[in-house]
Amino acid sequence: MSTVSSTIPEAKPNYLTSDFSIKSWLLTTDHKRIGILYLISISLMFLLGGILAGLIRLELLTPTGDVFQPENYNKIFTMHGVVMIFFFLIPSIPATLGNFLIPLMIGARDLAFPRINLLSWYIYLVGGVLTLSAMALGGVDTGWTFYTPYSSTYSNTYVMLTALGVFVSGFSSILTGLNFIVTIHRMRAPGLTWFRLPLFVWGHYATSLIMILGTPVVAVTILLVALERGLRIGFFDPALGGDPVLFQHLFWFYSHPAVYIMILPGMGVQSELIAAMSRKKVFGYEVVAISSVAIAVIGFLVWGHHMFVSSQSWYAGLVFSFLSFLVAVPSAIKVFNWTATLYRGSNAFLTPMLYAYGFIGLFTIGGLTGLFLSAMGLDVHMHDTYFVVAHFHYVMVGGAIMAFLGGLHFWWPKMTGRMYYEPLARLSAVLIFVGFNLTFFPQFILGYLGMPRRYHAYPEEFQVLNVLSTAGATVLAIGYLFPATYLLYSLFKGEKAPANPWNAKGLEWEQAPSPPPTFNFDHTPEVHEPAYAYAPEKEKEVVHS
Amino acid sequence: MGSIPFLPPSASSVSGEVDAFYFFMVAVTAFFSLLVFGLVVFMAVKYRRKSDQDQPRAILGSVPLEIVWTAIPFLIGMVMFGWSAKIFFTIMTPPEDAIEMYATGKQWMWKIQHRNGKREINELHVPVGQAIKLKMTSEDVIHSFFVPAFRTKMDVLPGRYTTTWFRPTKVGKYHLFCTEYCGTKHSGMIGWVYVMQPEDYQKWLQGDSGEGTLAQRGEKLFNELGCANCHRTDGKGRGPSLVGVAGEMVELERGAKVLADEEYLRESILNPQAKLVAGYQGIMPVFQGLVSEDQLLQLIEYLKSIGKTQKAPAAKPAAPASRTAATAATVQGKGL
Repeated sequence: MSTVSSTIPEAKPNYLTSDFSIKSWLLTTDHKRIGILYLISISLMFLLGGILAGLIRLELLTPTGDVFQPENYNKIFTMHGVVMIFFFLIPSIPATLGNFLIPLMIGARDLAFPRINLLSWYIYLVGGVLTLSAMALGGVDTGWTFYTPYSSTYSNTYVMLTALGVFVSGFSSILTGLNFIVTIHRMRAPGLTWFRLPLFVWGHYATSLIMILGTPVVAVTILLVALERGLRIGFFDPALGGDPVLFQHLFWFYSHPAVYIMILPGMGVQSELIAAMSRKKVFGYEVVAISSVAIAVIGFLVWGHHMFVSSQSWYAGLVFSFLSFLVAVPSAIKVFNWTATLYRGSNAFLTPMLYAYGFIGLFTIGGLTGLFLSAMGLDVHMHDTYFVVAHFHYVMVGGAIMAFLGGLHFWWPKMTGRMYYEPLARLSAVLIFVGFNLTFFPQFILGYLGMPRRYHAYPEEFQVLNVLSTAGATVLAIGYLFPATYLLYSLFKGEKAPANPWNAKGLEWEQAPSPPPTFNFDHTPEVHEPAYAYAPEKEKEVVHS
Repeated sequence: MGSIPFLPPSASSVSGEVDAFYFFMVAVTAFFSLLVFGLVVFMAVKYRRKSDQDQPRAILGSVPLEIVWTAIPFLIGMVMFGWSAKIFFTIMTPPEDAIEMYATGKQWMWKIQHRNGKREINELHVPVGQAIKLKMTSEDVIHSFFVPAFRTKMDVLPGRYTTTWFRPTKVGKYHLFCTEYCGTKHSGMIGWVYVMQPEDYQKWLQGDSGEGTLAQRGEKLFNELGCANCHRTDGKGRGPSLVGVAGEMVELERGAKVLADEEYLRESILNPQAKLVAGYQGIMPVFQGLVSEDQLLQLIEYLKSIGKTQKAPAAKPAAPASRTAATAATVQGKGL
């Protein structure tokens, strides 16, 4: 990234001001505008999923099921899972930050297929509308996992409409993945070799591989459930000659890698935050880059760790357990490298960095508790208890959402051209961290005590921990309301952001104004240096211990 | 409300080792978490940005360090893997002396059948110190049989038998939970496991067992459903004699062989054409939907009682009622 004169022309229209008509938004092929459309859509989904989570915690405040009828409680946690996973977490970072930033980071005018990019948003909307209409009509009560034969034969709720929404939205993620892969292969600026790419791009490349290879499998699985439910063709229901466990294999073959769809982009964001906020190249850059791909590949081979007590072969379980310990290694490598990057850095106490610190802490706990569940002998006891709930919320909320919020703050000036109010942002980052831990840490203990998931009512001895968890959820909810408020406020009253408020490296900061013009760069940038080249060339050193 | 508990009661032969492994996991992961947290906090403070002009020197990486922090997590992971796999095989392999009982999951209750014919719902009475092997199946959706105090859990599937076992070590009353989401009243599919002194258990078992042992009920069904008309004990019926079949290898058409275990017997009742015994016509009607899971277990129990090396044929109902059912069950349990 050659040094550029800091006088970037300000007066030219940017992607936000080039055209104000509604049509120009709804028919846009600009990756940045599509990113914003996605951001609005997923934020609304997050709000909905969050309200549902609040209702769950409200019911669990007391041992008896006194707030909702059991069938309604089951619908609430099902819709919470469906909305949060398929309509928030999976598209969250890739479809918003990824969409917005990948062309900017690699020096391209847009993604490889701008119209397909717009199509993917519309497909997402159709999927969302289908699923939400199922909810409006009366909801669905199968759990987000749709286990058969409950979902295919026994549930009398809107299973097919919900599943259709999930099925349809899957295509939006396939198209996004496809677009990213082609873009990253074909549209890098001259000089931008693979090992000069920002780690954010590496993370999205790995994510895209999973999106295009995994998502079709869940689509096929949903189709089989539909055939069984609609035409009584037996795939999963033993009464029709099917195998109930087959569904779990097919479902987790996608849904476990889908967990990595949710966390890998977050890891990419994390690398950017750590580098920019410490003004250092990420320690062990190549290792961090390759570990993303390693996670994506090994992640396809661990699905059976959801099934140790499902009657799966013990020896298959043995292999899945081994591979699950193996997939933990690249995650551990990343954590160590991020931590090492801080060594002798210039570590700023700014909001994006607070989220990055929070991410390291929460992802470490989330990852390490995954080892408890990979351990076969212990998983027998912990499977389907609150320990599992706590573990995946540490990874998904503590990891993916912390990264999403950190990234949103970090690139907010670039996306909107405005600065947010820093003191309030720092306060809410701390509030979210505290609220999160108070919500989910007690659930680890509940899990070991044996409290099963998806219970509408529970024995009295579990109440104290549940009260703590609900109290934490209240703090967490307030924490989330802060950014929603001050970020929106900044759009109108925020200080105007310079092109590079953080003095960060990267084409999006150094060569594009805030906000960028429709086609990003006046000239195709040329890249002459590695990513994160903060220090002058002569001051680089390699540690030999 | 009260103080916060951290561990469930420990009441089975495996719960101690599971807890020990859990403590080991907590210790190792807490160590690494605190190490990372400590480093992050320390460096966040020590190397905090002092001026906006700060430009630290770049440190690109270190191959030895990368090797160290790849190898150490891997090796520790392998220790966890090995130990936990060993525990898993212990939890999953029933010991020789285990006595059998049957559990059927149904939306939203647990139905238990003891071999002497005693039945209970959402309660399971077992003697302390005795290994218990539960053969389980479901009448509808997938359930999961979980007793936290025993640290055991196993899914309960429709159309298939799964097995769980435990050896209770402490007298008491323990939670039984369904842990696979099974519909509206999933959280109501709970019950209690009562671990009793053997004498108390015997007393409980003798009380009100009503219609005879499971095998006797199975024999009654065997006659009522007309099975005995073709499956004659003298081997001259239109179907094969079933004496001495359970637990034995059975020859199918085209030379294939299959073990006549519960799974095979069940399938051959529900869908007889699936694995036809060599030399017989596929004329037996399909019993799918005609016999309940409970009745299937009774039929199978009867077949096992006349099966391989049977010692106490249920065909002789003269077996003295005073005889301890546990002993009888042990003897029969070894039969298969």
